Amino acid sequence: MTESTLDTPVLTQGRETPRSLVVAFALTVVLLVAAPFVVYPVFLMKALCFALFACAFNLLIGYVGLVSFGHALYFGWASYLAAHAAKVWGLPPELAIITGTATAAVLGAVAGGLAIRRQGIYFAMITLALAQMMYFFALQAKFTGGEDGIQGVPRGWLFGVFDLSREMTMYLFVLIVTLAGFLFIYRIINSPFGEILKAIRENEHRVISLGYKTERYKLVAFVLSATLAGLAGSVKALVFQLASLTDVHWSMSGEVVLMTLVGGLGTIFGPLIGAFAIVAMENYLAPFGQWVLVIQGVIFVVCVLVFRRGIIGEIANLLRVPL
Amino acid sequence: MFEIFGLPSQALFGQLLLGLINGSFYALLSLGLAVIFGMLNIINFSHGAQYMMGAFTAYLLLQYVGLGYWASLVVAPIVVGATGIIIERAFLQHLRKLDPLYGLLLTFGLALIIEGLFRNTYGSSGLPYQVPATLQGGRNLGFMFLPNYRAWVIVFSLVVCLATWYAIERTRLGSYLRAATENPVLVRAFGINVPRMITLTYGFGVGLAALAGVMAAPIYNVSPQMGSDLIIVVFAVVVIGGMGSIMGAIVTGFALGLVEGLTKVFFPEASNTVIFVIMAIVLLVRPAGLFGRAV
Repeated sequence: MTESTLDTPVLTQGRETPRSLVVAFALTVVLLVAAPFVVYPVFLMKALCFALFACAFNLLIGYVGLVSFGHALYFGWASYLAAHAAKVWGLPPELAIITGTATAAVLGAVAGGLAIRRQGIYFAMITLALAQMMYFFALQAKFTGGEDGIQGVPRGWLFGVFDLSREMTMYLFVLIVTLAGFLFIYRIINSPFGEILKAIRENEHRVISLGYKTERYKLVAFVLSATLAGLAGSVKALVFQLASLTDVHWSMSGEVVLMTLVGGLGTIFGPLIGAFAIVAMENYLAPFGQWVLVIQGVIFVVCVLVFRRGIIGEIANLLRVPL
Repeated sequence: MFEIFGLPSQALFGQLLLGLINGSFYALLSLGLAVIFGMLNIINFSHGAQYMMGAFTAYLLLQYVGLGYWASLVVAPIVVGATGIIIERAFLQHLRKLDPLYGLLLTFGLALIIEGLFRNTYGSSGLPYQVPATLQGGRNLGFMFLPNYRAWVIVFSLVVCLATWYAIERTRLGSYLRAATENPVLVRAFGINVPRMITLTYGFGVGLAALAGVMAAPIYNVSPQMGSDLIIVVFAVVVIGGMGSIMGAIVTGFALGLVEGLTKVFFPEASNTVIFVIMAIVLLVRPAGLFGRAV
């Protein structure tokens, strides 16, 4: 692959954060703080976890141009380890989350190290295959509880002070973690390191010829993305007090691709909106059972054919501002 | 019957046979993927769903039209291949100038739609399909019992694979195809209708998947999710073999089926994962794949 033809908006980045982003971020925070008074908090927490997951995924697909089709691996395994740490080892929630996140980082380093040896379409197949391998491990390993998963995970007391079994406390915690992850990703994208990632997306050969070891940059980006996906998975295990096979299955990897695609590849706020849109859709369509699969497929097809910029990408294009 | 490595020969060779059968499906599917990738430059994620459609078409033809296995072996690939041609005309041709990623995403979406529709209609439990009357029974080879149908599957897949290889590497039409893979613009300038070739190639690859599906129907049950797990293994097979070589795809497919069968005998817990482990090792040792050109 020489030059990328991804439909990502090329943003003119100055030193300062564009005003559109500041306004959008402020609006997001206000909405999310007010939301639990209107909407069922568990739904919001689920959407927030997926939003962080999608943002982490977008770091790879949107800014490095790497298509990982196996991100469920980091999300799901982090969720298993966090659940195991909280339930069996009796660790407090903050340490359980760190355990899960660290697991995802290690898995990301191994899988990423293997996958970056090949480019383009092979990269997607390798990440998918490695994720499927770890799915079978999860299916057979004793500690994951097989088909039952790990149930009844205690939420515990955060730092020994905050009682996470209270819904609003848990919600605030999830919100803070998600926003912190979101800002961290924004910081990465706008660092010199992030500029090199974007250059790799546009023309990897050129970046190599400029003397950069692109493999290292790709690997670090991969590990960062996997780690943040793991953070999202660990938090989700505490929210639902459950870690299950669903989270490591390939359909979860597909779902995070869908969320990012719907919101807008390579946009800052796209994955956030995409995650809320897809989680809401699944919530309302749950009574229709298997049709969810068909509808997800239709959304994929429509997005690829006519809606490649995604929701946020279209809005940004309309308003001519970066979002 | 005798024993090898402390195992009854029946168990060992039975698993090896099953391995070869899986291997022939890997070979047929990865062959189709390689042919499609060569022309369209996309990975056909709906390949597994199309394999499932082949099995279902055979099942439906028997249920509603009364066409048996042998007729299905011809009709099902044509019917499913025709749906492939429609898919290429309706969707894939619009993606030609875009990043290959979009082809992957689109065919993934199509796979979800196809699998979802079949699951809604037929549920997720498997439907049985009878082995054709002429191939029922089997023979005792002394060291193992060989069911006739399984022998047929292996021989026939091998014939189909080699015929495909011959058609692509040794015939005039195949040379057009290979030339169009290398440089579509130039081939077009010579007056060859490249877009039509691309469409037919996709239909052919999809037909191969459907053919594998028909052959699989009597061995495994016909079920909507029979393709989705298989296709991920086939992706690993393709990564191991590399998509540059047709013969490479065939050899890798059969060889990995055998390895999987052996693993089932000696270390059954790892039989699900052994192909992925081999993929990881190949990536470490020979990143371009066993038969691959550097990609």
